[in-house]
Amino acid sequence: MAVKLEKNVAGRLVPDVVNGRESVPFNGVGGYRPEGRKAAPRIASCVDYPADGDKRVGSLREAFEKVGLADGMVLSTHHHLRNGDAVANAAFDSAAEMGLRDLMWFPSASFPVHANQIEHLDSGVIHHIEGSMNGPLGAYCSAGKMRGLGVLRSHGGRWQAIQDGEVHIDVAVIAAPAADAFGNANGLSGPAACGLLGFALADSIYAEKVIVVTDNLVPFPCLPWQIQGNNVDAVVEVSSIGDPSKIVSGTTRLTQSPDRRRIAELAARFCADAGIMRDGFSFQAGAGGTTLAFAIYLAELMRAQGVTARFARGGSTQHMVEMLDEGLIEYILDGQTFDLDGVRSMREDPRHQDTSPFTSYNFHGKGNFASMVDVAVLGATEVDLEFNGNVVTHSDGRLLHGIGGWQNCLASRCAMLLVPSFRDRIPVIVDEVTTLCGPGELIDVVVTERGIAINPLRQDILDAVAGSELPIRPIEDLKAELDRLCGVPAKPERSDDPVAVVKWVDGTVIDTVWRTG
Amino acid sequence: MGEPKIKPASAGPTGERVRSDLNVAYEPGDNALLIEVHSKVDYLYRDAIEGAVLRVAQALAVTTGRLAVTDVGALEWVILARTESCLRRAGFDGPPVLPEPAPEANAPRRRDRLRRSRLYIPGNQPKLMISGGLYGADAIILDLEDSVPPAEKDAARLLVRNALVALDWGLSERLVRINQGTVGEEDLAAIAAHNPHIVLLPKVETPMQVGRVAEVLQRLAGEGAAFLMPILESPLGIHRAFEIAAADPSVVALTLGLEDLSAELAAPRTAEGWESFHARQTTVYAARAAGVQPIASVFSDISDEEGLASYVRRERGLGFDGVGCIHPRQIPVVHREMTPSAEEVERAVRIVRAAREAEKQGLGAVAVGSKMVDPPVVRQAERTVELGVAGGVLGSNWDAEG
Repeated sequence: MAVKLEKNVAGRLVPDVVNGRESVPFNGVGGYRPEGRKAAPRIASCVDYPADGDKRVGSLREAFEKVGLADGMVLSTHHHLRNGDAVANAAFDSAAEMGLRDLMWFPSASFPVHANQIEHLDSGVIHHIEGSMNGPLGAYCSAGKMRGLGVLRSHGGRWQAIQDGEVHIDVAVIAAPAADAFGNANGLSGPAACGLLGFALADSIYAEKVIVVTDNLVPFPCLPWQIQGNNVDAVVEVSSIGDPSKIVSGTTRLTQSPDRRRIAELAARFCADAGIMRDGFSFQAGAGGTTLAFAIYLAELMRAQGVTARFARGGSTQHMVEMLDEGLIEYILDGQTFDLDGVRSMREDPRHQDTSPFTSYNFHGKGNFASMVDVAVLGATEVDLEFNGNVVTHSDGRLLHGIGGWQNCLASRCAMLLVPSFRDRIPVIVDEVTTLCGPGELIDVVVTERGIAINPLRQDILDAVAGSELPIRPIEDLKAELDRLCGVPAKPERSDDPVAVVKWVDGTVIDTVWRTG
Repeated sequence: MGEPKIKPASAGPTGERVRSDLNVAYEPGDNALLIEVHSKVDYLYRDAIEGAVLRVAQALAVTTGRLAVTDVGALEWVILARTESCLRRAGFDGPPVLPEPAPEANAPRRRDRLRRSRLYIPGNQPKLMISGGLYGADAIILDLEDSVPPAEKDAARLLVRNALVALDWGLSERLVRINQGTVGEEDLAAIAAHNPHIVLLPKVETPMQVGRVAEVLQRLAGEGAAFLMPILESPLGIHRAFEIAAADPSVVALTLGLEDLSAELAAPRTAEGWESFHARQTTVYAARAAGVQPIASVFSDISDEEGLASYVRRERGLGFDGVGCIHPRQIPVVHREMTPSAEEVERAVRIVRAAREAEKQGLGAVAVGSKMVDPPVVRQAERTVELGVAGGVLGSNWDAEG
């Protein structure tokens, strides 16, 4: 069936129907609001559940049979165990054993470990994936081998899609580092401790059926209950939910790359010079090499100038925890814990609060934290002269990363992209991004090792840094330097066959990923 | 003279860990020249890579055989240099094939300027050169000597030549450390015409060595010939420090290499540095006596920031104007420690202002308060002011304020 393509307001060609469902083309930032009532699962009654609260069943397969998993249903999993996750693979292995077909996998993100699902895609157990795809799955989707279209959503966009009924989850499988037989669960202890389970929270509330899988069953009550057992249908005990060495990193070290350190340092100094770094401010930084270094340089400047942040949004790391302990940060609002120091701090320190995409990013919330953050530092694969950003594809159009919280964080008062000016000769600053993920009007500052470009729409920031000694340059100027250094790249060919769509935070389609190779 | 024998050759690294570089291999044959490109960026740069390789092949009149390129995102100036090295190794000859010059390629050299920090960059690692001009070092040194193994000298000097032409070195002075003897003269032949600001001469023990290099440079580059910075690395060199510093008008600075010196002294390098105290002080005295800048050796523990800071303080205290850096992260520490205190700068400003005032009024003697100040003190004060401005303790418009 030929797909009809239309141009959205960003000038991108997008399909009008995605996996059989009519879709809305991107209509500008804040240009679309779904109406009606929020979606909800069917009414449950407590009398249908064991009075003693013991919901244990013998295996994932038994749990699937109990909740009625059937052909064509939507099965969700989550990525808090990152590349150590064993549960998403086990879920589809069980579904395959049961002879099920055409399931839609709705992960909050996928990792290289999930290459296991390729055999289930090939055999027809999985129809398609709506969630981030990278590594082998990204290559599979990019090559056009998947039957349906991939749908890439931000963490907030996933919550939005669940809440406004765009995606109805039939069965959610939640990997739990600690749980009781009633289904209360958290990520704070046990061999697979990962910190928090925020990515699974929406599923626990909105999915028709919820299965908790744990390798650390504790007697009731499992406290704190990041996932509430009152939403859970069945609990499965297994020997291991994942490989701890791949769930959290031991220690996160400061990058040795002089260029990355320079980018991070320029970004931190920019925050100081622009007056963003002042008493009571807030920032968001992750665990990537450059953003971690940013937090380290920022801490140095804060210490030197006697500045305290009211809160930091993580991705928490050992370093952020040290800032909390030192008093440079008053609170950590943590969306994802990257190392064991972060897990310990969240377990022991009430100032280290776990959050979810609902509190932080959700489009259908009555506000969210993302827009309250003074500065967010993010990466990107490309940024163009209009400050539009790409975070999902490589310059050849292949799927490379998921969106994560990237789109959501653009709502910050100052969204900064920390990027090398080129990678392996391929310029990061381009005429036009290969895939549009974030509209330029939300991207305020681009920091490269060769200079800092400020979006001309942000006259207030330009004024704030007037007189700064930082290498602030027009983005066209940076690009001209790159064109000279790298040579002007050829325009890569692209096919006319969509393999995935990129959703904006409100559920509209902002761009299309095309088949390559 | 018969036709040179053409043989198989290769240039550039191979393997999983290579980045921003390439390998070029040539296989002689009777077929019309075949260029095969394998590149991780071929979907954007295949034509550009082929074009660069072909340009070198044509300049060296290569019309037959097979050129195989394995590229990992190398920039054009690197592709040109590696291809040229490969074909010269194969036995071809022809004019140098230069990249498009950077807008700043002709940045003029200056005899007197700040030389607080100089960043060493290995001459065979293009990846480390690309951003070399971004870190704000007063000088960068493209090194053809110790960091390049003997079998790679030919390739490194073409990389360094192309890096001098194609890259923007920002505000950093452009230095090249050449090899000793005839290898060093081959280095000069490759780079002399491409605006190196200073040539560093390793292991200088006699004034004649300096004179010889100055002569070669004069022949190769005439008026634009680079300045010289001899490196003293042996007891004999230290012994002749003044003669070496004063050997030629093109010498602008004198430095020393403590690793080699310690080895020859049979006195291991210690943190306190007493074994090289005489050498360091002699270098300062000789340089000052000859009217050139004394520059200290490098500090080689990258992760010891405290150790570096106290090293810089000590060398500055001995009279050195700068130190060497082997990693960009050392540069801000060096600049911080080479910067005089606000009080020193304030005092220097008073002296310089008084001197200017005296000159305006045609007075021979300069008075600050009730004290008379001699010309050498004024010169020292001017240097302190310059260091204060560079180190950020004094605004660059300080003389407009008064």
